[in-house]
Amino acid sequence: MDLQKMKQTQFTILRNEPLTAEVWRMTLEGDAAAVSGIRPGQFVELQLPGLFLRRPISVCDAYDRLLIIIYKVVGKGTAAMAAMQAGMQLDVLTHLGNGYDLSLAGDHPLLVGGGVGVPPMYMLAKQLREQGKDVNVVLGFNTQSEVFSEEDFRALGCEVSVTTVDGSYGTKGFVTNALPAYSSYYYACGPLPMLRALAKAVSHDGELSMEERMGCGFGACMGCSIQTVNGPKRVCKDGPVFKASELKL
Amino acid sequence: MKTRLSNIELKNPVIPASGTYGFGEEFAQVYDLNILGGISFKGTTREARYGNALPRIAECGGYGMINAVGLQNPGVEHVVAHELPRLRELYKGVVIANVSGFSIDDYVFTSQLMDQAPEVDIIEVNISCPNVHNGGMAFGTSPEAAAEVTRAVKAATRKPIYMKLSPNVTDIVSIAKACEEAGADGLCLINTMLGMRIDIRRRQPIIANRYGGYSGPGIFPIALRMVNQVARATSLPIIGCGGISSAEDVVEMMMAGASAVEIGAANLINPTICKDIIEALPDVMAANRIEHLSEIIGVVN
Repeated sequence: MDLQKMKQTQFTILRNEPLTAEVWRMTLEGDAAAVSGIRPGQFVELQLPGLFLRRPISVCDAYDRLLIIIYKVVGKGTAAMAAMQAGMQLDVLTHLGNGYDLSLAGDHPLLVGGGVGVPPMYMLAKQLREQGKDVNVVLGFNTQSEVFSEEDFRALGCEVSVTTVDGSYGTKGFVTNALPAYSSYYYACGPLPMLRALAKAVSHDGELSMEERMGCGFGACMGCSIQTVNGPKRVCKDGPVFKASELKL
Repeated sequence: MKTRLSNIELKNPVIPASGTYGFGEEFAQVYDLNILGGISFKGTTREARYGNALPRIAECGGYGMINAVGLQNPGVEHVVAHELPRLRELYKGVVIANVSGFSIDDYVFTSQLMDQAPEVDIIEVNISCPNVHNGGMAFGTSPEAAAEVTRAVKAATRKPIYMKLSPNVTDIVSIAKACEEAGADGLCLINTMLGMRIDIRRRQPIIANRYGGYSGPGIFPIALRMVNQVARATSLPIIGCGGISSAEDVVEMMMAGASAVEIGAANLINPTICKDIIEALPDVMAANRIEHLSEIIGVVN
């Protein structure tokens, strides 16, 4: 895969809007060079006021001069982000992590996102659709009020299924209750129990995006190293995307 | 901006600290490493280590962070065979090998291989890692043990030996003096301070290892004080380390008694911080009427 070097630049917030009670979408504008070449599954790191460590956030979409991220308010960092207004500047590290390998998609790729694991699936779906693939998307949420992005995937021409744990919307249960009969390869991002269940439910290999508390986010501190069948790997630099067969799930 | 450590000249006093810089590869994406005064690479042990369970990292507000990585490294033989030649391609300047161990034998074994490695200029002996059990810091918390490691490593090597000291002690001066008497060529201080954070929602420590090393701007005044205490009590060259994040901090640390400085946690949040500091240093020197950095080393003493 052709990975670009990380870049540290200033972005300006164009929009920052809630999609559900806890999930927000931020649209940032920066230098074209800081956006160009970002791959689906890569992430960025934001420097936030009052916090020491940068906050890693997956990329939902990136084109021209725009960077779109969708984040859930879970702690101080993401709460600070939700309070930010259009026009504010943010120091952002881009081109972090490896991203998904699109060359392995086959003819019928399956994309699975759980909760705030949904956003990185968007850019992946967009690029796979541009390659003319038949893309199946399964999105898992807890309940109807937490559902977001469903229409965005439909607009790309994907086959979309939604599951909710309480059955208030779509198929009742987990993403594994709505998997298509056939898929050539899969790509997923979401909570670890979902990734485990998915890897068990699908007979072929796929790629999973892992999440860990990070120090630097670019491979220097060894703060996020996991044990894989190929030895220790840094989630931030060697990942966050790993083949399911490489992980000790 | 030149300075010296033992008989080795550094083009400037700025050295990225071990454990925050890997083997330089990541930072070479954002600047030419050859501007650096030196590089202290990832702490190396005799055997390969995965390190501690996750999470290993905790946020500490604007003041810094806690880490409990636990000396993850591929082992000294791999480092010498693979990492050092790669580092040499990226960086032609002064290389500091940070070594750690769980016994005197470990320290001697690892230091000897570093002594023989042509890429290594200085060996920094870490007797202060707070994140591994029965090792690291155990050797840095008593003057006798610190002296024993120093003597053993000195007897087995020819390159300058710098002992990296722990702040998690009641009297750092007695440990520094013990290292000096045992033949150390220099000192590096401070390593991280043992700290803790608790996730109040889960009622659990954030760090899987429970405690970890606190670093970042919050420890700078403590590091400065300890460097000053040690500078007044010994005549060894000192690499000052702990929370440095600006060219002003570098000048302050040198005024306290350091001959060079290491930049740690700041690298993790701003990958170009060492370059930024090196570029800002001439202006800070000029603004404070400093012609040569050698004028200010320990000037407050």
